Parts: sequence; structure tokens; C-alpha cells
Amino acid sequence: MSKKKTRRDFIVIASYSMGAVGAGAAIWPIINQMNPAADTLAMASTEVNIGALEIGQALTVKWRGKPVFIRRRTVDEITETRNVAIDSLRDPQSDQDRVQKDEWLIVMGVCTHLGCVPLGQKIGDGKGEYGGWFCPCHGSHYDASGRIRKGPAPQNLEIPPYSFISDSVLKIG
Amino acid sequence: MKSSIPKSQFKNPVINWIDTRLPIFTAANEAVGTEHPTPKNLNYWWNFGSLAGVTLVIMIITGIALAMNYTAHVDHAFDSVERIMRDVNGGWLIRYIHMNGASFFFIVVYIHMARSLYYGSYKAPRELLWILGVVIYLLMMATAFLGYTLPWGQMSFWGATVITNFFSVIPFVGEPIVNWLLGGYTVDNPTLNRFYALHYLLPFVIAGVILLHIVALHRFGSNNPLGIDINNDKDMIPFHPYYTIKDFFGLAVFLAVFCIFVFFLPNFLGHPDNYVPADSMSTPAHIVPEWYLSPFYAILRAVPDKLLGVLAMFGAIGILFILPWLDRSPVRSAHFRPLYKIFYIIFIINMLGLGYLGVQNPEGIYIILGRVCTAWYFIHFLIVMPLLNIIETPMALPKSLSDPIFSSGSSGMAPAASRSKK
Ligand code: HEM
Ligand code: FES
Repeated sequence: MSKKKTRRDFIVIASYSMGAVGAGAAIWPIINQMNPAADTLAMASTEVNIGALEIGQALTVKWRGKPVFIRRRTVDEITETRNVAIDSLRDPQSDQDRVQKDEWLIVMGVCTHLGCVPLGQKIGDGKGEYGGWFCPCHGSHYDASGRIRKGPAPQNLEIPPYSFISDSVLKIG
Repeated sequence: MKSSIPKSQFKNPVINWIDTRLPIFTAANEAVGTEHPTPKNLNYWWNFGSLAGVTLVIMIITGIALAMNYTAHVDHAFDSVERIMRDVNGGWLIRYIHMNGASFFFIVVYIHMARSLYYGSYKAPRELLWILGVVIYLLMMATAFLGYTLPWGQMSFWGATVITNFFSVIPFVGEPIVNWLLGGYTVDNPTLNRFYALHYLLPFVIAGVILLHIVALHRFGSNNPLGIDINNDKDMIPFHPYYTIKDFFGLAVFLAVFCIFVFFLPNFLGHPDNYVPADSMSTPAHIVPEWYLSPFYAILRAVPDKLLGVLAMFGAIGILFILPWLDRSPVRSAHFRPLYKIFYIIFIINMLGLGYLGVQNPEGIYIILGRVCTAWYFIHFLIVMPLLNIIETPMALPKSLSDPIFSSGSSGMAPAASRSKK
């Protein structure tokens, strides 16, 4: 028997390949149906009235099923976050890059570690060692700019797309 | 006309007729009957395999009963479980059996695994048997996690959130994979629906893998407390009646303990926060996993880096797959391994320690202890196990199971059990 490649070898390999492609094509819809459906994808936006919020107060609203933290920061909080050496941060970002208006910090209330909602919005909550938020799940501390300062979370709290429609109305999404 | 087809051995004509055409009775007899030779010295630690099988059956039966009354929708799931508890006839009993059954399934399987570790049952030629066991264990963890999501309490919701987020550490495709698993951006109705479908499916997959586990077991038969290969008939007794009766006795004891929990301490192993309906806007102050996942949760939290923490946690389970090749000692049973025996005890204590730490707040001394125990877990497998073979001198092994009895000067009578007709 010669080891020469024959036309039969080609036919065998070609039919196995076609079979594999066919099986893959048949399996794909089964896998794809698990992806977010059209109604889930249709991302609504939320309008929030923030006119009643005093300096130092916070508000939590729901957007795309997740909490969004809105905090009207005090002058102390703002200066403190701006005095931090950016290089010393795990996810280096200046406070100026994270806000549109100095007073208003708007971040996703979702810990970038494994998705818990950090504490620090309600009166009486601990705000962690850096005056922002503390995630009780595995101990991540965020500062008043929502930046990760201590604990296992790798990134700063995410910033959702938002715009100020007027001085008292905020649109998220 | 005389047929040359071999006839079944069974005397009962109906059984004989069926077995000749479909040899299920022969198969059963060879699996757990008089035709299955078993080492004569198996102790009670060998009961836990059959107990695990019985527990799986209990879970499937109670699960199907729950499924007849459960509604997999975020608006109704919590209420439908409360309805099972209050209004469905005997619903509270079925749910408490299912809930505590999950815990007892893990208790039984943990003991079953600890037995294998002590007596070296994972060593050649039983490596695949062990690996199939680890596969079953993984499937059990997945099933229990999916089931725990169904009542849609606070722990259900946040447990599901944290665990699905493990996959977000995968570089580049992490986020899309999490969204694919959830069917959205958060744990929500699509998530609950698919978790229910999979929770229903996986126990049957487990049953299939158990079948393979048993086939692999019967290839070389059970290991035994002395860990030696058996090469004479005198050391074997038939599974039925000797071990069927022993397994039934163990089952009775097990069910008695189980009933104490079901009837008197039904929520002892659970967490009260799961009786609070899921709230996607606030995480409970102390989220803890079910106790049986706690050691791995402790490992996750011990590492102050997201990617490395998740890798350590999966690695801790993955390492079990290669255990047969990490332990180089040719001696199976810890009975004859003086050093391994000590390290085995340390390992078990360390494991219990991790389990304890996984449900504590990640603060102060608990963080340090968590790191020490996590480090030891890996040191045990990666350094101690391979090294022991070099520094340890095992004791002399007996030639057969009867050997130690004879040499210790007792009479030469073989125990009645080993004189079985075989
Ligand atoms: C390996 C076997 C199984 C394990 C380890 C397991 C585990 C669990 C767990 C931990 C829960 C949550 C209990 C609670 O806190 O309320 C649960 C709930 C549930 N399981 Fe299972 N299960 C198994 C098999 C099954 C099967 C085969 C079915 C269906 C055919 C099923 C149907 C259900 C249903 C409907 C619930 C929701 C009701 C409830 O929460 O009590 N389970 N399961
Ligand atoms: S989810 Fe926030 S620290 Fe883990």
C-alpha cells in the first residue's frame, strides 16, 4: 500500500469538513438564542429630577435593571478627590475626566469586582475608607469619584452615558 | 426445534424468559448482586457511594414534585415557593426534603471523597474512576447553584450575580460571555428561565456520569482499607447479601439524621436572607454562599486580585483532576503511610477552616487566615503530595487481606464470610 494521497482521501476530508460546518451551523441558533433578546437590547433611557437634591445628598435610580448612583458632592469631597496623585491609582483617571459638572458624580452602582451594589448611598451607610462607597461582598473601597482605592475590584465604577437636560433634569442612557 | 441461544440462569420462569432476551437481571446481579465479588474488609466509609446514589434519587423525585408547583418568572417565583410552603398539600415537607437534601448530598459526597483521599482510591488503575467522580462533583455544584437561584430570594439573586460575574475575568470576551449566560445585562427573567431549564436537566446528566463511574468501578472492583490488590478468591465476598445489608443499615442511620434536620432544623443549613424577595437595587450586607461552596469562596476572597482570585478558585477544583499524578507513592492506603496520614489530617482541618472562613466577613484576622489556608491548600497538593513519596518510608504491606490476621497469631480459621460459594 502506498502512502500517496488519493482522491479518496480528499473526498473523506472534504465530507468531514462539510459535516462539521453543517453541525456548527445547526448548533449556532441554539447558542445564539441565549444572547440578550431584542426587547432586552432596546435600551430605554431614564429621566431623573435632581432639583431637590441638596449638597451632600445622594440618589439611586434604576437604569437597564441596574442601580445608578447620583451624588451631589461637597466642596471637601471634590478637592479631596482632585488632590490624589493619579499615578497611585489602580485604574488611573482624574476626577475631571469622570464628571461633567464638578458637583455631580453619576456612576453605575455596580461593583466592578463581581457585581454587588456598594454601600454608601443611604444615610448611615459606611462609605468605606475613602469617603465614597464600600462593597460589602469582598471588601472593595471606592472614593468620592467612584475610583477603586482598595480591595479586589479592578476598575473604577463605570460611568453611564448621561446628559443634563436642564439644571434640574438628568437624562441617563 | 432446539435453539443454541444461551439461556438465563434464573429459576423463575418469567424472569428467565425476560432475562434471556434482555439480560437486565444478569446485569443487576453482576452490579450489586451475588455475582459481584467485593473485598471482604470494606468498612463503613464504603457506605457513602450508595448513599450518594439514594440521595440523587430523593432529589429527582422531590424536584419533580416541586416543579409541578413552581413558577419560573421573576414576578411569581418567590410567591410560588411560599405557596408551596403554605398551601400545597405537604409542600413544606417536599421543599424541606429538597432543600436539606442538597446539603446532605454534599455531606455524603464530601465524605465519599475524603474516603478516596485517605485510602488512595484515586491511584492506578482507578484514575478515570476518580476523574469521573470530580466531574460529578462539578455538576453537583452547578446544579445546586442553579437550584438555589430558583426561589428568587436575596441570596438567590446576589449569588447568581456574583457567580456569573466570575466569567467577566476572561480577557476580551468576558463581558459578552456574561451577557450571554444571563440573557441580558443583569440577572433577570431570562436568567431565571434558563437556570430552571438547566436545573431540571443537570441531575439527569449526573445520573449518566454516575453510570460511567460505576462501569469504571467494576473494571477493577472496589479498593479496600488496606489498599492492596486482591489476588485470591478467599478475600472476596459477594456484594449481595453482605454489602446490601450493610448499605441498608447505613441508609437507615443516614435517613434518621436527615429526618432530624428536615423536621426539626429545616432552616439550620440555610440563610434567612433568602426569605427576603430578590431586590436588584440592594445587596445584603453579608452575602455568603451555601456552606458546601464556602471553602472555594474563601479561596476566591483570599486573593486580592480579581483575575487571580477567580483562577485560584477554579484551580482549586481543577487540581483534583491531576491528583492521581501528583501523588507518586505506589502505596494506596494511608494505613501504611505514616507521614501522609499526618498531612491528610492537616488537609482536612485546613479544608474545614476554609469552609468556616468563607462565611465570615472579609476583615482583619479572617483575611490573613484565609490566605494561610488557601496557600496550604495548594502546597498540600503541589508540594507535599509529590514530595512525600521521596521522604516517606511506607510500612510493609500485607500479601493478602487475611495476612495480617494470621500473622497476629489468631487461629487459622478463615472468617465464614470468605467461604462463600463462588
Ligand atoms: C442533583 C440534584 C439536585 C440538587 C443538588 C438540587 C438543589 C436545589 C437547591 C439547593 C434548591 C433551592 C432550595 C431552596 O433554597 O428553596 C433547589 C430548588 C428547586 N429544585 Fe432542585 N436540585 C436537584 C434536583 C432537582 C430536579 C431533578 C428537579 C426537577 C425535576 C428540581 C427542581 C427544583 C425546583 C422546582 C426548585 C425550586 C423550588 C424551591 O426552591 O424549593 N431539582 N434545588
Ligand atoms: S463584588 Fe464588590 S467586592 Fe466583590
